[in-house]
Amino acid sequence: MSDTNSTITLEIRARAGELLASGEVKAFLGFAEGSIPMATRPFIARTPEQAEKLVWNSFCVINPAGFLPEVLKSVEPSRGPKDPPPEGPLPRVGVVATGCWSRNMVVQMKENQVSRDRLVILGIGSRGMVSNKKVQAMVGGRDITAIEEGEHSLTVHCDGEKTEIHRWDVIRDNCRTCTHPDPVIFDYQIGDSAGERHIEDRYVQVDKIEAMSAAQRWQWFQNEISKCIRCYACRNACPLCYCPTCFVDDSRPQWVGKSTDPVDTSIFHILRAYHCAGRCTDCGACESVCPMGIRLRILTKKLEKDVLEMYGSEAGLDLEAPLPLATYTMNDPQQFIIKG
Amino acid sequence: MKILKLEKSDLDKWLAEWMKSSPVYAPVQSGFGSFYDWARLEQGRMPELLPGVPKSSIKTFLFPQPETLEEFSADPADPSAFILKAPKTAEQLTIIAGVRPCDARSVSLNALPYAKDPYYSNRLRNTALVGFTCETQCSTCFCTRTGGLPTGTEGLDIAITRMDNTFLAEILTQKGELLAEAGRTGTDAGGDALSRLEQSRKNSGSPVSSADDPAPILREKDLMALYQAPFWQEIAEPCLNCGACTFLCPTCYCFDIQDEVIRDRGRRIRYWDSCMFPLFTLHASGHNPRGLKLQRVRNRFMHKLKYFPERFGPISCVGCGRCIRECPVNIDIREVYTDLLAI
Ligand code: SF4
Ligand code: SF4
Ligand code: SF4
Ligand code: SF4
Ligand code: SF4
Repeated sequence: MSDTNSTITLEIRARAGELLASGEVKAFLGFAEGSIPMATRPFIARTPEQAEKLVWNSFCVINPAGFLPEVLKSVEPSRGPKDPPPEGPLPRVGVVATGCWSRNMVVQMKENQVSRDRLVILGIGSRGMVSNKKVQAMVGGRDITAIEEGEHSLTVHCDGEKTEIHRWDVIRDNCRTCTHPDPVIFDYQIGDSAGERHIEDRYVQVDKIEAMSAAQRWQWFQNEISKCIRCYACRNACPLCYCPTCFVDDSRPQWVGKSTDPVDTSIFHILRAYHCAGRCTDCGACESVCPMGIRLRILTKKLEKDVLEMYGSEAGLDLEAPLPLATYTMNDPQQFIIKG
Repeated sequence: MKILKLEKSDLDKWLAEWMKSSPVYAPVQSGFGSFYDWARLEQGRMPELLPGVPKSSIKTFLFPQPETLEEFSADPADPSAFILKAPKTAEQLTIIAGVRPCDARSVSLNALPYAKDPYYSNRLRNTALVGFTCETQCSTCFCTRTGGLPTGTEGLDIAITRMDNTFLAEILTQKGELLAEAGRTGTDAGGDALSRLEQSRKNSGSPVSSADDPAPILREKDLMALYQAPFWQEIAEPCLNCGACTFLCPTCYCFDIQDEVIRDRGRRIRYWDSCMFPLFTLHASGHNPRGLKLQRVRNRFMHKLKYFPERFGPISCVGCGRCIRECPVNIDIREVYTDLLAI
């Protein structure tokens, strides 16, 4: 483990342990070691002893915000559907948060999915997470038996050989272009601040596709989603997707076919992306969890770019700022309704 | 059983000959091995085998996503509107090459619940499986803990094993014989081939027996004790309830059926469903007997490791490790095995 990671790991354990021991939180949501190389497991510690299992490394790719509503509910005293809420404040939950994850929590607060006063946030300035798919591609798809993380490199073991990889060469695309690695809200800071980052080519992936003709773009899209197996890992990993019944699951009426017909898969991807417009923080969880390696966050990145250009707004940066697509003012530009 | 000796060029010739009359599928790599999956071979595109199994499940060939069961006209002016007709299917052999022993076993395991399913049986009859035994067990492979072997031949029509720089092909079924003939090359490997094959397997350090098949032990366990075990909550907690594990698993075979109408044509399809989805068990009344994540996660493992063996004998898992490799939250079925066996 690199020094940075082990420092952060120890700080998380200590802080989470204290919070649990003092009863300030009833559960702490973080990550535990996985059973195979390059895997971590979202983990909920409920006792100070369990907090010792928490870890921090470059493979924490799941966005913990997605679990918050469920974990918050799990610590509430149980009650029937018609019972009134209990008196007094409800128990709190501790959670780790990098820049994008904290922004997702802000979005959740604005959308009334979680409340600020029930969270104790340990903020971590992110150094970017590693894409296991990129690492896999670096070693020609061979079976990776172990991986060691250094400060700026990864040592990959396969076939009894060691390969040294520069960490930044296998960083996730969203992390590479991230401008806000530091959490926007937190109660305790863990490790050092990562500082603001200025990225020249923030939308490089989107620009490339925008430069194509409409036919080429459609071709790119069809090709990208052709491998989709409709497992919905992307949707389920996303903290923005909390509808009790998703439009793809609805059967009365049924909006979209259930199998992997390209038309149905296209509708799923286009609508999923649009439902995230103005809310997506480019945390990359959807893309990281996709078993088929589909680069689906390029779609949400395009919407992020559009929302920034048209509304001057970036999701989750400010708890007070209005939600760009859920707010109406008289002087909103209306070109799309009244064509000039 | 006949064993043929083949050079690399003979193998290429087999594939080239087969492709003349049948679709042939095999694993190929793209993106420098980072994406390894089945593809249809063409002259010039040959299999590119890596250790372990391709990304998606072999079930795609026998249990397609989706499968058209019936067709109908949805034109109200048509006198036969909404009368179901079986789709026209050609009886053609499909050859799947480069099949790993675990995947081959999964095809036979799924044939147990699908014994009376005409669609599965038809496809099984029209599919030939040409296997490549494994020289390497990947970090997620655990066939030997499920009743299988890296050198197993169950479910295969031909099993090919590399020996030094040549290949020995065990011709295991009648279908296999037809394929070997159609390949038009290969020499008899001699009477001692089988013992040489076994000897080389022993020397390679690859396991020769599946010492810990958990099926007999799990069949004996008290069902309710497993069902009410204390660990389910902890296992289920991180689960996203997605379909990655079940859709990639070769031994998950659940489906749903739906009619789809596009303009004046309709079809009845069956498509993959997953016990991990809340909708899987949702009743029309609104009641959901498996409304909780814990219940769904438990069902996936109990089905594979308890209900299936009670009903059919073996466990419904071949140890291919796909679910371990692709689960976004690292739920590892090997840990669940260990937990269940400890009850
Ligand atoms: S759409 Fe993807 S990148 Fe955006 S918030 Fe959801 S999981 Fe994160
Ligand atoms: S995770 Fe990937 S394969 Fe699954 S539904 Fe999303 S895009 Fe498709
Ligand atoms: S699980 Fe066994 S049979 Fe399957 S690929 Fe791995 S070693 Fe081969
Ligand atoms: S076990 Fe993993 S792959 Fe399966 S549904 Fe849960 S999160 Fe998805
Ligand atoms: S349960 Fe997992 S290891 Fe077992 S057959 Fe299915 S995908 Fe393979």
